[in-house]
Amino acid sequence: MGTLASVLEQSGLATVAISIIREQIVATQPPRALHCEFPLGRPLGKPGDSAFQHEILDAAFDLLNAESGPVLVDYPEEISDDADTPLSCTIPPADNSDKHPAEAEARGLLPVWRRSYEKYGRTTVGKVVPPEQVPEMVALFAKIADGEDWTSVGLPGDLTKLGADIKNFYEEASLSLSDGIPGARQAETWFVTQTRAGDVIQRARVALKEQKAGSYFTSYILPMTQVREPENGSND
Amino acid sequence: MSDQKMRAIVSGLEGYSFEEASWVNPKPLSECRVAIVTTAGLNQEGNADWNPGDQGFTVLSGKERDFTLGHFSPNFDRTGWVVDENVVMPLDRLDEMAAEGKIGSVADVHISFMGAQPDHTLETIRLDTGPAAAKALLEDGVDVVLLTPV
Repeated sequence: MGTLASVLEQSGLATVAISIIREQIVATQPPRALHCEFPLGRPLGKPGDSAFQHEILDAAFDLLNAESGPVLVDYPEEISDDADTPLSCTIPPADNSDKHPAEAEARGLLPVWRRSYEKYGRTTVGKVVPPEQVPEMVALFAKIADGEDWTSVGLPGDLTKLGADIKNFYEEASLSLSDGIPGARQAETWFVTQTRAGDVIQRARVALKEQKAGSYFTSYILPMTQVREPENGSND
Repeated sequence: MSDQKMRAIVSGLEGYSFEEASWVNPKPLSECRVAIVTTAGLNQEGNADWNPGDQGFTVLSGKERDFTLGHFSPNFDRTGWVVDENVVMPLDRLDEMAAEGKIGSVADVHISFMGAQPDHTLETIRLDTGPAAAKALLEDGVDVVLLTPV
């Protein structure tokens, strides 16, 4: 982002960048940057807190008063993610007992996901499939996890993006299964460690490595910090 | 503490910095037209996809705020965005600042790129898409750009 800021400035625009990875901003030296040690994905720090967001914007725009640069200022407050504390959610009963348990779990979450969508009006699901097809995709990943050849299970598109559709579906559903706004990455840890689909994706990732599917698929199908390697396994 | 680990993983990545830093002295902020340029991989009209390595950009309408986050990386929190898009794209906050007279106006045109690019030289952004995005902003009369990452 620092390089992009310099390109825009070179074109005649005054820029101020909010920084979220300090080393990257130090390396790229944009004209003006306010480093905010906030959760990745939340550069303004606190969703739903307009007063705090205004404080960040005021601090950022203050940098426009500098007479020369590059300017890098650290915002004094830090906010950590809450990945170590999975969101506490009660998963509704699965509604199709003849399905794979993970697919049934996802089907049970569909109406819950719809509630989140109706409440917030936004989704990040849909890279390959719409939310309604996520349970079917979970079933396909279960086949991969159980050892079937990933190229022949009938995936309708990019495997990594399908993994993202599943993860994002669960995270969005969790918003209607918990109170308030979750801390950063709490829903992610819930999905990865507490749900059947999360377990399926973990096991599918291991199977994909064994099938030598390629690092693009195995590196980005789950957050790097949430990957579970087999106890006796080795990395690629 | 996942973010700490992620920051450690990416801290050694190469970056591209210019030999000579550009510098624009803006008008007083209360007279400036302000746009947001984010690297969150935002699209409009429900497109939740963005391919890894794509250094292109999308022009976002400040009037039709139906943004969809399509960034390919799974390595950041998305629930904050779903609950409140201002945590990435603070257009409501800019509207409030304009109403208070802190900024001159909010642009009609905003831009999204996608971060986490595997080509750390960002050649396409430096030579092609970056200047093209700047042109779109300048044509809207933008003076100041706020950049937000994810």
